Amino acid sequence: MDWMIILQQLVNGLTLGAIYGLIAVGYTMVYGIIGMINFAHGDIYMVSAYLTAICIAVFMSWWGWTFVPLILVLTLIVVILFTSLYGWVVERVAYRPLRGSQRLAPLISAIGMSLVLQNYVQISQSARTQGVPSLISGHPLRIGSEQNFVQITEMQILIVIVAFLSMAVLSYIIQATALGRACRATQQDRVMASILGINTDKIISIVFIIGAASAAVAGVLVTLNYGTFDFFIGFVTGIKAFTAAVLGGIGSLPGAMLGGLILGLAESLFSGFVNTDYKDVFAFALLVLVLIFRPSGLLGKPEVEKV
Amino acid sequence: MTEPLLQLDKVSASYGSIQALKSVSITVNQGEIVTLIGANGAGKSTLLMTIFGQPRASSGRILLAGQDISQIPIHQISSLGLAQAPEGRRIFARMTVEENLLMGTIAIGDAYLKQDKDKVFALFPRLKERRKQSAGTLSGGEQQMLAIGRALMSRPRLLLLDEPSLGLAPLIVKQIFAILKEIAKEGATIFLVEQNAHHALNLADRGYVLANGEVRLSGTGQELLANKQVQHAYLGG
Ligand SMILES: Nc1ncnc2c1ncn2[C@@H]1O[C@H](COP(=O)(O)OP(=O)(O)OP(=O)(O)O)[C@@H](O)[C@H]1O
Ligand SMILES: [Mg+2]
Repeated sequence: MDWMIILQQLVNGLTLGAIYGLIAVGYTMVYGIIGMINFAHGDIYMVSAYLTAICIAVFMSWWGWTFVPLILVLTLIVVILFTSLYGWVVERVAYRPLRGSQRLAPLISAIGMSLVLQNYVQISQSARTQGVPSLISGHPLRIGSEQNFVQITEMQILIVIVAFLSMAVLSYIIQATALGRACRATQQDRVMASILGINTDKIISIVFIIGAASAAVAGVLVTLNYGTFDFFIGFVTGIKAFTAAVLGGIGSLPGAMLGGLILGLAESLFSGFVNTDYKDVFAFALLVLVLIFRPSGLLGKPEVEKV
Repeated sequence: MTEPLLQLDKVSASYGSIQALKSVSITVNQGEIVTLIGANGAGKSTLLMTIFGQPRASSGRILLAGQDISQIPIHQISSLGLAQAPEGRRIFARMTVEENLLMGTIAIGDAYLKQDKDKVFALFPRLKERRKQSAGTLSGGEQQMLAIGRALMSRPRLLLLDEPSLGLAPLIVKQIFAILKEIAKEGATIFLVEQNAHHALNLADRGYVLANGEVRLSGTGQELLANKQVQHAYLGG
């Protein structure tokens, strides 16, 4: 076995896993707080890819900017803001009116919302595959000999740094701030949280915004890295990130990050050593295995709780 | 005549088609300990939750120092000076003891946090020993102490307690009632729901008996203790 290939796949897997983790955050936090799978979340991610392209086009073609770091930072900020707005609107329009109804109703509404977003983007942006110019294309870092090396691109480094930074900030917010405590309280007992004075509707909105913002970070990074996307990318990526969330234990924030990393690594190693075509099948097989042997996920809480 | 601190005026409430409260009228005056007793399913917990809008009163008025609170947003009620240690304790199991106490200060901000936390720890030394522990791992009695402590953290004008003695050893029940007495002496007003009618009526200035969602009897604690019906139904006499 070739160590360089393993190392290369680990690098690729880490990058992929960081992205899955970021998107999984949205699934897991929304599930944690209102107990529903937000099937439109993958499409929120998709929207952020389009917003990235629009931002870059405006900054570079219209305004003629050339300073890449500025373009990147502003794109990230603007895309986070607008994607958050989408996340917020989706909750207000599709889920809040159904609060307190049967469990199935918001789920169906979520699937509807997913279709709405896809069609909205398809109609307004056309169904063609779109692209962005590559902004970061320095020479990749190579470690090893001439023939046998591990290659790390600047973009991969950027993805890992930004993703881990975002997760660190998010973990800090949830663990150590008043807002984070309000989120956790609302997640654990919404009625009691409101008795204590927490505006739980507002907290739920904020959780949707946090989820959308994390997906937006992923969307910007992936779009810059791959360069192309279409209105359907939210589907497979969404299901993968959902798998990551379940793998880590849905409802658990560290679980989403861990699940993302494990899924990314497993998928990369599988593509590297077994077969690239079946990597999605492998990812979902992993999901099935987890659901059979550890339904609450790696870091999830068991269903039964002491009352 | 001074205005009562809390006044329920012909309040009704229901869960879907089940009517749990039928035109209930109750008053609690400033500085009093008032207790509400009644059989299982009488509607006692519903009454306390209705004060917090869950469920909302379907008719009638809920006045806090004269202000009708029956329609205001639920999360604004605590900042009017109301706190509740609800049925089932409802502590946040996956937060530490200290975080749970901190959650109690949301209505008033954390200006008195340290002072009030020390006070709760003085009342319940066991909580102090376990302050970094996740609340879900506390014993039932400790959880009850935490629920009461959390309610005290918002310096409420009116404290609502739902069966604070439930499931506790007799010695702990005694302690808790002694603590309630102490809290009341410091000026808090307490509205106490209890199954433990003997203890509750002994402690309380006045009491109400609820049956099938209706107020059946009311009087001073001593009057109700001496009442034949009450003795027969709730005191095992
Ligand atoms: N969430 C709910 N949904 C439907 N019915 C409810 C709900 N909560 C309570 N009830 C019903 O309302 C009635 C009053 O219940 P409540 O909990 O207020 O009684 P209680 O006097 O507190 O009883 P206990 O002493 O057993 O705690 C009961 O018939 C109960 O079945
Ligand atoms: Mg009850």
